[in-house]
Amino acid sequence: MIEFKVNGKEVSVDVPDDMPILWVLRDVLGMTGTKFGCGIGQCGACTIHVGGEARRGCLTQASEIAGHDVTTIEGIGATPAGKAVQAAWLNLEVVQCGYCQSGQIMSASALLKTTPAPSDSDIDAAMTGNICRCGTYLRIRDAIKEAAKSVAAK
Amino acid sequence: MLARQTTPELSRRNFLVAGAAAGGGMMIGWVPAAEAGVDKSPPVVPDAYIRIDGQGKVTIVSPMIEMGQGTYTSLPMLVAEELDVDMANVSVAISPPSDKLYGNPALGNIQVTGGSTSIRGFYLPLRKTGAAARVMLIAAAAETWGVDPATLRTEPGFVIDDSTTRRLSYGELADRAAKIPVPGEVKLKDASQFRIIGTPAKRLDVSGKVNGSAQYGIDTKVPNMKVATVSASPVFGGKLVSFDEAAAKKIPGVVQVVKLDNALAVVGDHYWAAKKGLEAASPVFDDGPHGNVSNTDVVAALARAAERPGAVAKSDGNFATAFSSANKKVEATYEAPFLAHATMEPMNCTVAVTGDGCDIWVGTQIPVWAQQAVAKVLNLKTEQVRLHNHLLGGGFGRRLESDGIVQAALIAKQLDFPVKVVWSREEDIQHDMYRPYYYDRISAGLDAQGMPVAWSHRIVGSSILARWAPPLFKNGIDPDAIDGAADMPYAIENFHVEYVREEPPGIPTAFWRGVGPTHNVYVIESFIDELAAAAKKDPVEYRRALLQKNPRALHVLDRAAELSNWSKPLGPRQGRGVSVQQAFGSYMCQVAEVTVGKDGEVKVDRVYVVVDPGVVVNPNTVVAQMQSGVIFGITAVLWGEITLDKGRVQQTNFDDYRILRIDEAPEIEVEIVKSSADPGGIGEPGTSGLAPAVLNAVYAATGVRLRKTPIDSKRLKAV
Repeated sequence: MIEFKVNGKEVSVDVPDDMPILWVLRDVLGMTGTKFGCGIGQCGACTIHVGGEARRGCLTQASEIAGHDVTTIEGIGATPAGKAVQAAWLNLEVVQCGYCQSGQIMSASALLKTTPAPSDSDIDAAMTGNICRCGTYLRIRDAIKEAAKSVAAK
Repeated sequence: MLARQTTPELSRRNFLVAGAAAGGGMMIGWVPAAEAGVDKSPPVVPDAYIRIDGQGKVTIVSPMIEMGQGTYTSLPMLVAEELDVDMANVSVAISPPSDKLYGNPALGNIQVTGGSTSIRGFYLPLRKTGAAARVMLIAAAAETWGVDPATLRTEPGFVIDDSTTRRLSYGELADRAAKIPVPGEVKLKDASQFRIIGTPAKRLDVSGKVNGSAQYGIDTKVPNMKVATVSASPVFGGKLVSFDEAAAKKIPGVVQVVKLDNALAVVGDHYWAAKKGLEAASPVFDDGPHGNVSNTDVVAALARAAERPGAVAKSDGNFATAFSSANKKVEATYEAPFLAHATMEPMNCTVAVTGDGCDIWVGTQIPVWAQQAVAKVLNLKTEQVRLHNHLLGGGFGRRLESDGIVQAALIAKQLDFPVKVVWSREEDIQHDMYRPYYYDRISAGLDAQGMPVAWSHRIVGSSILARWAPPLFKNGIDPDAIDGAADMPYAIENFHVEYVREEPPGIPTAFWRGVGPTHNVYVIESFIDELAAAAKKDPVEYRRALLQKNPRALHVLDRAAELSNWSKPLGPRQGRGVSVQQAFGSYMCQVAEVTVGKDGEVKVDRVYVVVDPGVVVNPNTVVAQMQSGVIFGITAVLWGEITLDKGRVQQTNFDDYRILRIDEAPEIEVEIVKSSADPGGIGEPGTSGLAPAVLNAVYAATGVRLRKTPIDSKRLKAV
């Protein structure tokens, strides 16, 4: 049994130690907001937070998160940064197919938590691991800046 | 063909039907009439286009599927405009499979989302449906009040009687309106009265996409469902020979191993067990006839085929005579590679085979064809296959195919429980159906002023349509393969275009974003640039001279030249390139600015897009699709390439099938031309014009003319 918290709630799962948290979330806990894209840490669709830091769910083994706090796209709206990022995403109409956006939002929220006023190069560094096949990058950049302003104003 | 059918047949063969909605309210839809005479099975409207409930909430059942392109917002906007409701009261629902109710008028009344046809197909039908519903709601109010309907008007969501200031909401009227006969003819608004069309209405599909609640096919959960992953023969046409079932079953969580003719699936409690189980099973395949195919062979075969005369798509004047007497001759060969779609959502499909048929949960661009394909392999009637469509995590043409759906059905057939089949990214890349490798021979004769008087273009490659929609492949011509070539924007007196069909051995081919024009616009716009260079003329000036009789194309060119400061010099190893296209019913000019590093790496710094798509439904969506198409195109021109060795696709995942990332994205400036012309498509053209703009910019920066994509940076190193 591996015990950890997801979005503040205690969970306990009986899974192999090496099972990626991505599949624990999706196929064991039924939380499908975290997406499978590549399985090798190349696309960022599975980005979650472990202890507030962005991690790739496909490369994070279940055993590594025992006792930790995991935040997913389903819970990120409860954080100030996550809420602001979601609002900016909707306000600037970032989303197209939307499949990568869970991961984009998780990476952007982690960025704003540590870097409240990110520069373009901060955004590049934090977001380059997240692929968007619809090419929403320009709006992602603008929305991160808008979310940063909105968090700062509060 | 996908790209080109612009005139929907809507008036003669379709009619509106209406009725009461289950649970109250009204519904109304637009259905094709019977072929002749009285329809023996009059259409019902269980899930027609519009439902209005007792609270006045309007649900638009979208005939077309959402894959990011914005159709779940723009199609409802058409209805809302004529029905006279606010978009805030509108929601959108996914349509069930039905050609009869949801067939795309721009694609032969088949329920297919593709080819940038949604607005072109439904611009009038959905507006007419909305307008008819409004007339019926007014009639219901007139009946209620006992007045002449002509004295009534509407405000969003209400019918108003100005003589007494009384009003009734659409919700209050819906039950009564359902019993009103559907009007035969309805008057549509004049464009000057539009309140919704032409505005940047907010997308209806996105709230669940920012909080994880949106449901894609891969998110399907049904009771007792297991998860499978699959490995098909790495060589197309190969067969499964053996595998280690015992080893697979030793993996905790593995439930069952399923053998198909050409693939092995391992079923587990979760994807991880299935994946580990599949690795342990280490399936062995017989390569079959294509085990030695390499890219070199494919290209050599295409080059040989290019020596054959093709089927003539268009021939004006006399090319041979004009060419032989031309002042100057320019000839070139262009190549375009196989490409994978690499949608962010890997291929997946959930199937439950039950006593009375089967259920399919999937995201598809072809719900009816998928339903029919499954019915065929499971030996069921079409109506026994219940297909539940979902949001698509990208389509780009990949989900115009049912290969993965049929495979999932064949796996499920062997199981006593529902199964979700999820392909790994490696499986997705290596068992895609690829944009064909094209090989083009093109030549032009120039007059004393350097202008083309003779043009010959021979297109060589796989025919997607011959497989996908065989009746459309006629007299040796694939209308998609020549799309954008036979009807290019420039007028040339002696003009000849032909097509040679040459299928790569075993390699499945399919539509890819921008379809035919992605390849043809690349060849033509690169070659026009070569002609301008041969004539020692500026590429914009040269095109301008050729577009004097094509005002819409000329206008987008002029505007893009202004917007991009075309004549303003750039720095060393920087350049601007231009492309013009008319395709999908839209006109577009793109100007790309690039910097070529000393190492030969190309960075696209800026792209200017001027688009004239006719009437614009949602300008924000148009801009989004231009940004999207440009970025999709840059990925392809810089790096996009699927290659084969020993019959196997060599690329595996995003580490070797590179996708543009945020730090590599250019600035993109989009200008939309105000137009009252018929609406054109916007999902494809951003991609189809991009490659030549970048390649022409590379030429401007380095003097190196690249006639093959992706860009070979070794040829661009500073010397």
